[in-house]
Amino acid sequence: MPSDSNAKSMSMIVTKGTLDWAYPPFILATTAAAMGLEVTMFFTFYGLTLLKKDLNLKISTLGNPAMEMPMMGMHMAMPNIVSALPGVDGMATAMMKNLIKKKGVASIEELRDLAVEADVRMIACQMTMDLFEYKREDMIDGPTLGGAASYIEVAGKSDINLYI
Amino acid sequence: MADLTLDAKGLNCPLPILRAKKALKELPTGKTLEILATDPGSVKDFEAFCRTTGNELVDSRVDGGTYVFTIRHTG
Repeated sequence: MPSDSNAKSMSMIVTKGTLDWAYPPFILATTAAAMGLEVTMFFTFYGLTLLKKDLNLKISTLGNPAMEMPMMGMHMAMPNIVSALPGVDGMATAMMKNLIKKKGVASIEELRDLAVEADVRMIACQMTMDLFEYKREDMIDGPTLGGAASYIEVAGKSDINLYI
Repeated sequence: MADLTLDAKGLNCPLPILRAKKALKELPTGKTLEILATDPGSVKDFEAFCRTTGNELVDSRVDGGTYVFTIRHTG
């Protein structure tokens, strides 16, 4: 929670758990912390998977018509009928991970470690834990458990509030 | 001549900023950090980083394909 110091603060609600959507929250959280902001992340619904000890994140091209991948000197989008075929998500995920490595983009594991190291406060949604039957021991050590009221208390005192 | 040099070449956003922050933390106040980067976005980002954190951006230049920043630890 933002302390009584003069430091600016940022909170965010993290709702998505695919590889591509895992980037914005962790990039912004680590950068804000590096710039001296006090940061709180509230992980709920599919965002909660980002707190698992073993991350096995994937992307889905299904229903994502704006997703173009550089391929053979051009950009290719995937028609939904192709996206729905078995193995296509796996292939797209492998391509994305390959690009991430090639372009010097950090892995989600690395960014998450940096966020923990930078004292970013993480709250895991208790209701989602119950709903999807997640065990506390499957999650990394740092996060505390909390609900909507815990988030609202933080958000009410934060300079920046994001929903991702 | 900077007191410490950080090679952030080949790294993409936000890693140059995160590495620079870590290096600055180790550096005594008043000392300078030189950062080498290849990410074109780092030019605007180091300006914003320094404005926000109160560190002094002493120099920002391009040397061949490398962006070279000098930051004095004052924040």
